[in-house]
Amino acid sequence: MASFKPTKIQVYPKLGEKVTQDTLYWKNYKAPVQIKEFGAVTHIDFSPVAPHNFAVTAFTRVCWHLFVHIYGPFSQEPVKTFTRFKDTAYSGRFRSDGQLLVAGCEDSVVRLFDVGGKVALRMFRGHTKAVHVTDFTSDRYQILTGSDDYTCRLWDIPNSTELNTYQEHTDYIRCGVTSKLNRDLFITGSYDHTLKLFDARVDRSVMTMDHGQPVESLLLYPSEGLLVSAGGRYVKVWDLLKGGQPLVSLKNHHKTVTSLCLSTNGQRLLSASLDRHVKVYNTTNYKVVHNFDYAASILSLALAPDDESIVVGMTNSILSIKHRKSPEESKEISGQQRRRPSYRVFVKGKNYVPKQDDYLVSKPVKQHLAKYDKQLKKFNVSKALDTALETWTRHRKPEITVAVIKELDRRGTLNNALAGRDEQGLSQLLNFLIGNLVDPRFAPVLVTAAEMILDIYHSVIGQSPVVDRQLLRLQELLEREIDYQQDLLEVLGMLDTMFASTGLECLCNLFFETSDTFPDMTFVSHRLHPARLLV
Amino acid sequence: MVEHGDIRVVHRGGSKINFRKPVITNDSRFLLCASGESVKVFSTSTEECIHDLRGHTDLVTGVLIKPSNHLQAFSCSADGTVRLWDFTDGILIKVRLLPSIVVCPLFQLVAVHLPQSGDQLVEARELSAVLTGISSNPAATVFGRGGEYIASANGLQLEVYFFKKQKAYRFSLKEDNKKGGKNTFTCVACHPNDDCIATGHEDGKIRLWRNFNHKKEYTYSTLHWHHSAVSSLSTNLLSGGIESVLVQWRYNQENQRDFLPRLGAAITHIAVSPDGALYCTSHSDNKITIIQSCVKVSAVIQGLVKGESVGTDLMIDPRSKSLVLNGKPGHLQFYSLQRDKLLYNLDIVQQEYIHESGLQQFEVVKAAFDASGNWLATVEERKQKGAELELNLKLWAFDEQTQSFVLNTTISAPHEAQITGMCFSHATDSQTTMLVSTSKDGHFKAWQLAAQSQTDADEGPSWSCDFVGAYHGLVPECCSFSADGSLLAVSFQEVVTVWSPASWELLTTLSQPPKAIRNLCFGRLSCSKYLLGTTDSNLLCCWNLLTCSLEWSTSMDVSLLLADPLSENMAAFCCQAGLFVFKPSEPRPLFSQKAVCSGMVTRAVFAPREEMLESCEESSQWLNRSQLYFLTQYMVNNTNRSAVKEKKSLVIDDSVAMTPFYLLLGKHRQQQQGGDDPQSGVSAERTPLPQGSVAIKELLQTPAHVLPSTSFLCSMFVQSLLISVTDSREESKHAEEEMESEKEEEDSEEEIESSRTRPEQQAAVGGGEAAESAAPAMTKAQVRELRRVKKLDHSWLAGLLDS
Repeated sequence: MASFKPTKIQVYPKLGEKVTQDTLYWKNYKAPVQIKEFGAVTHIDFSPVAPHNFAVTAFTRVCWHLFVHIYGPFSQEPVKTFTRFKDTAYSGRFRSDGQLLVAGCEDSVVRLFDVGGKVALRMFRGHTKAVHVTDFTSDRYQILTGSDDYTCRLWDIPNSTELNTYQEHTDYIRCGVTSKLNRDLFITGSYDHTLKLFDARVDRSVMTMDHGQPVESLLLYPSEGLLVSAGGRYVKVWDLLKGGQPLVSLKNHHKTVTSLCLSTNGQRLLSASLDRHVKVYNTTNYKVVHNFDYAASILSLALAPDDESIVVGMTNSILSIKHRKSPEESKEISGQQRRRPSYRVFVKGKNYVPKQDDYLVSKPVKQHLAKYDKQLKKFNVSKALDTALETWTRHRKPEITVAVIKELDRRGTLNNALAGRDEQGLSQLLNFLIGNLVDPRFAPVLVTAAEMILDIYHSVIGQSPVVDRQLLRLQELLEREIDYQQDLLEVLGMLDTMFASTGLECLCNLFFETSDTFPDMTFVSHRLHPARLLV
Repeated sequence: MVEHGDIRVVHRGGSKINFRKPVITNDSRFLLCASGESVKVFSTSTEECIHDLRGHTDLVTGVLIKPSNHLQAFSCSADGTVRLWDFTDGILIKVRLLPSIVVCPLFQLVAVHLPQSGDQLVEARELSAVLTGISSNPAATVFGRGGEYIASANGLQLEVYFFKKQKAYRFSLKEDNKKGGKNTFTCVACHPNDDCIATGHEDGKIRLWRNFNHKKEYTYSTLHWHHSAVSSLSTNLLSGGIESVLVQWRYNQENQRDFLPRLGAAITHIAVSPDGALYCTSHSDNKITIIQSCVKVSAVIQGLVKGESVGTDLMIDPRSKSLVLNGKPGHLQFYSLQRDKLLYNLDIVQQEYIHESGLQQFEVVKAAFDASGNWLATVEERKQKGAELELNLKLWAFDEQTQSFVLNTTISAPHEAQITGMCFSHATDSQTTMLVSTSKDGHFKAWQLAAQSQTDADEGPSWSCDFVGAYHGLVPECCSFSADGSLLAVSFQEVVTVWSPASWELLTTLSQPPKAIRNLCFGRLSCSKYLLGTTDSNLLCCWNLLTCSLEWSTSMDVSLLLADPLSENMAAFCCQAGLFVFKPSEPRPLFSQKAVCSGMVTRAVFAPREEMLESCEESSQWLNRSQLYFLTQYMVNNTNRSAVKEKKSLVIDDSVAMTPFYLLLGKHRQQQQGGDDPQSGVSAERTPLPQGSVAIKELLQTPAHVLPSTSFLCSMFVQSLLISVTDSREESKHAEEEMESEKEEEDSEEEIESSRTRPEQQAAVGGGEAAESAAPAMTKAQVRELRRVKKLDHSWLAGLLDS
């Protein structure tokens, strides 16, 4: 006697994005802490030494005062605020020892602060226009600045004198980085679409790369062999060791990319854009592996060492800080789930190994069947459908209900199961149909069921207002669906002509693939004509 | 040269064991059942076939234990004989010939008086007709209480004949009752010690007849549980039908019944052991179930299941070397060809089978194995009236631990229309396995095992679509991968397209208008540059893929074309069951025979042999590595006849032993030598060259580039010449001959089959010796020395030099 084979519940592919290692990693952050700043956050810089405070450069539109806040890694209140700016401050950056902080300003003065003090230690005057770029060189005694007067300058900190001026750019300089390995090398990016690599030992640039768009942000890999530039909608990677050869050009944002940063292990590149997205790229193949959404256009982005937190500054002057969940916290969540019986309960007595003289009494293994299967086994078709239409199943696991309907159809008894229902039962059934009929996964089964219901109950239409309303809703739903399909077919036709005109084989293949996905949605219109519902 | 006498078609089994009611012996140890032309004796405990009682020349139509001696059994057959067997030892005791009139299809019930005599062959002459016009179904005729009466039902009439009174009573029923039930009788059973007859009816009713010894006062009561015809009833009031539920009714308290559900397939016969402890049921899927006291199924004897059609082609499982085809509904059966036994059924559909006629069920329509047997792909479909076609493509991975296939991926609706063909890439060494399916929706799709993603490691790899191809909106029919998996040929009606699976480029198109391609097949091994196809317009075409042109074509009505996986040979079955075996590279067929069997050959497959045979007959060489099995239409028309037949060679050697080398050069030499000296010509012909020497086989079959360098061979060759210098040339030849004949004698012990013709050959060799007796003989020591030197056995090179 073969055992009863339970109803096969079809496993449907999971919709939505796939879960990868990356999504797990990048989703493992707590809910963001949002801090209202006084103006758009233009720059964020993490202190390279523990406790990794970060400097946030923002300004208020009202008084044009400009602030550089220093936040502690977990505090929500600024640790320190520098307010000695006459105008908008830009690009507050820490020195590699975390002791000094430099910031440019709209009033063309570059200020150097001690992290402990309040008053500027040094003021570097010489630029004629706003200074958007400031950075320390790797020997910690010089400062690089880039300004809207098309020049970039090197300053000596001890003497507070200007060392050199480079006047090669033909537009605003809006970004720049210094090499962390060589004290003489620095790179600037300008709105004249170029990136220039300067060597302080010579008086001119040694390498020029054309980005093609105004350059907004620059990033050097830790190895400093690769340079990443962002400008316009493009993120470009350049190989410096090959003389500035472009390596990759990424176009994943649909608005200007404003900020770049690299994860601590150097495996992932993050880019933030005015389109409110932060994208995470894999640096081996430059594919987008994850995506963050924010509420407003992003101006600045920074990642704490060890990716402990992601800090994003936006145009609506909100600073969003996401901290990584600690391992205990991530465990806590799984621990919050229902307590299950321990493993011992299940293996109790099952791992007993019979000894030589033991007489083995075998007990038939009891087959556990679902409720609907028990009814199906007894050929109680109506009851089987009733159990499958229970509220929880219907709402949470519609695939079970559909599978039971399909099984009944296969057994040729769907008609019997559907027939003989009262108003409540019928409206329950119709509700389920309304909810799931247009789902392409369930449509083939449910369309058959819907036709049967109409055949069975067409004589009682008009007797119950509830059922009538539901039937009208079903009809509406179908009409909408048909319109939708019509539109899709039109799009398909357009694509068809487009591909026909290109005549490329690869495009044809693409077309076949797309046409494969469309019929799933089109058959509803083929199968169920609205006329049927009008009876 | 080509002789066909030595190749014959052998019926290999798969006969029906559910044709007639099985019989359980008195001690419940054995089960006898009619199976084709023999009676099989099974053990009820181990399910093994113990004896195969062969002797009948036609279908066995009934088996019965001799009442007076329970160790003997009668069997009757359509050949007009009744035979008495001792089934414990499997010995035929007596044959009784019945006059031929009895077997004519009038279906009279006759009493045969069996004369007592000592002879083995007895002709029974005394016949007396008892009843006329009885049903052809033996279940409708039964003896009542102690043989006092006989009850027989036919149509709407029940007839009871009392032997003592010599009187027959007839009871009729109306054709159908008010509720539309059909009253036609289907089976009859009698109570063993009460005057009660139970009859089964078409509408599922069971009637219990009493008081039937009075014509007028008979009564009957009705029992109803079955929803369709009761196909079998037994003396214990067990009943069964298409529901495949065994129902036991309690006599006198008919409201209580016991059920044994889900027996697998419709019950056709029920038999009960004399002591009532064992029941056995025959099922429509060629199965006998042995049940202990209506509770427990204790054993299942399963024969080859023959569905309505073999949708899946015959296939050979590369691992178990078993024949695979669809059997029970929704199952694939694995059938051992060597042991004529069903190994196991693989449940493909995995759904509860509803035993109800007129219900559309899922059927396995296509199946394919990959070359290593690691993957199995199956297609199941269900076509409902007015509804959409339901298709599922399932991929099964072989699980080493459980030694069976485990479902890996289910692809629902892989195509929009029926799948017409499916094949795996043959390349065994490639990293990824590829499956191609063609469908009537005008596309062919390539499926590939997707790489395992990192996060759902527990799920393992699964299959997904890799490529969708089409050609001018035509419907693809057949698909075939080349032997190395580098080319894929898909036929689109009359056009054959050749694709590269690596890049999915359309490489070339070949066509042979005007008709559509029916079969498509790549050549193997040395013929892998050829692509063969057959068309509806009775053409067999062979394309050369190097030149992309038609190499040859011949007008031939080929219904089946198949390639031997182990050699270059291809077999083509014509519509009139003609068989041609050929190599694509050679214009002449290796073997041809008209009308291999009666009826059309529907399916065929090459099955690799376990051991390679070493036949030298040119016409039978193609069977050395594999055997050809085929299914005939017979099976469909007349299912009780042999189903699976085998083409098998008998190794019969001519006086001329033929080696592969002889095949290459023998004829040439024969002409030459025959020209100058008839005497030597004879001797040359008689020279039995080393037959089946492994070294020669190796040397001939290994490609040239693997062989040692010529310089190396040359030195050995010269060494072998050095010995021949010591003797005369003729001597060496003779020595060789002697040695080889010796070798052959050794071989002959292994080749049991060839022993029949051995004396003939011995004589021939002896003759050869006599003819050359003048030549000085060679001592055994010399021979051994010769053998030692020629380790690589390249003595045949000497022959080459001679000619």
